[in-house]
Formats: sequence, C-alpha cells, structure tokens
Amino acid sequence: MPDARWIDALRNGPGEGSFTLPYAATLRLTYVREPSLVITMPFNDDLIGSPGRLHGGTVAGLLEIAALATLGLALEPGDTPRLKPVSVTVDYMREGKPVATFAAATITRLGRRVANLRAEAWQDDPARPIAAAHSNILLDRG
Amino acid sequence: MTGPEEKQRCFVERFMAHVPHLKRLGIGFRAFGDDWAEMELPYAEHLVAYPESGVMASGAIFSLMDSCAGMSVLIAAKRFEPHATLDLRMDYLRPATPGATVIARARCYKASKRVAFVRGVAHEGDPDRAVAHATGTFMFTAV
Repeated sequence: MPDARWIDALRNGPGEGSFTLPYAATLRLTYVREPSLVITMPFNDDLIGSPGRLHGGTVAGLLEIAALATLGLALEPGDTPRLKPVSVTVDYMREGKPVATFAAATITRLGRRVANLRAEAWQDDPARPIAAAHSNILLDRG
Repeated sequence: MTGPEEKQRCFVERFMAHVPHLKRLGIGFRAFGDDWAEMELPYAEHLVAYPESGVMASGAIFSLMDSCAGMSVLIAAKRFEPHATLDLRMDYLRPATPGATVIARARCYKASKRVAFVRGVAHEGDPDRAVAHATGTFMFTAV
C-alpha cells in the first residue's frame, strides 16, 4: 500500500530522523527508534493555543502519530495494511508548557483487523504525562 | 453600519487571529449561537496525512474540533474565563475528501461551575455525511 512507505522508511532507515509526512512535518516531529520508538515534538511558537500553553490538538496529533508509527513497526515487514484510526480519546492531565514534548505508545492488543493502543505524552518527566490517548485503529488490507 | 452581530464576529475573528496554532493550521471562524460555535479548516498541503492519498490528517481535524468545542463552552456558559480540555474523543466515520474544507460545529449542552460538556460534528457541508463525531469535557481552570 503506498501509504505504508513511511513505515518502511521508519523500519529500515536511520535510527533517528524526522518525518516527511506533511502533517507530521508541520508539527516538526522527529523520532528515535531504539531501544523503543519515541517521537519528539520540539517547541515552536506556532504550536501555542493560548498564552504559554500548547494547543491541545498538537498533543493529540503527536499522540496519534506515535500510535500509528508504533503500530506500523509492530507489523510483519511486507504486511502493509492502511492504518485507519476509528476512535481516539485524549485525556489531558497537565498543561502543555512551551517546551519540547515526547510521546511513546504501547500496543494493548494487536488483532488481525483492529489494534488497540495507548500512547502517552510527557515533557519534563515521563512519570508525569501531560496527556494520554487510547485509540482503536483499523488494519485495512483491502 | 455594523450591527452587534457583525461586531461580535469581527471580535471573534481578531481574537482567533492571535492564536498561533489556529493561524498555522488555517482554522477560521464561521458562526455561533446561544450554545454552539462553528469553525472551518480549509484543505491545505501541510495538513495532509499521506501525500499518496491526499487525505487531511485526523490530528488536524482533532485540532479544529478542540478549538471549536472550547469556544462553544465559553459561549454557552457566557464566561470568558481560562479553560482547558479535560478529555476529547473523536470517532472517525469517513476520511475527509482531499481538497474539501472541513467544518466543525460544536455544542456545549451543559456547563456547571467547573466542568462543561460538548458534542460536535465535523463534516464537509453535510452533517448527515459526517467525517467525525466528537464528545468532550472542558474545565474552567480559574475556579
């Protein structure tokens, strides 16, 4: 599936880098793949939603991409279904400060047709997340 | 001669123009009522999820809905106070059509002293063929 090229690049390319996908590039996301995938959203003024705070949508976007990337990497090479978020719920726990934000996801269930993931975003302290998302993602093999 | 509604619209538009992320994504104000607000997100290349399909990223639609829902809270509660999203759930019914403007309408159906409750729909002109449905809660952070 053409949409899967970014997963191939993530899997087979350098251990760290940025995303060429347009929306991910708009958020200026970067990744580190080892020992486990962590996505970084560096701070930028255009992420602000209200004075001194990140827009909640930027954190949601970061969490969703962390989930999609984690899911894509967990599939067998050559298995390239379209990954389609069906539902995404974001819980906001702490305000997003104007600093870098990090996110990582875990797969809670990987089925044949649907996967369930949980992703967390943090800034200063991974043990004090600023937001978490759980999502159900459809694996569409056509 | 600009009436009160026109003045309110100007105010809202100028207010939103100062929110950096709304400007970056291109989110614009459309309309509001007693307990609802409507915003739009015109299609743009930098909002696309995958270049091969050209579909707008769901994260961009989430941002549209988050802002629209937040505004509906202020309008419904008639309190222009600091507030923050507590949780927001988006159910994605169909992919957005490449090239289409996505419109969000959010309605705050209950606001108490500390918490407000919102439902929203994102569509491309026909709410009955929605792109996404949203449910969310917001907190007033100064109480």
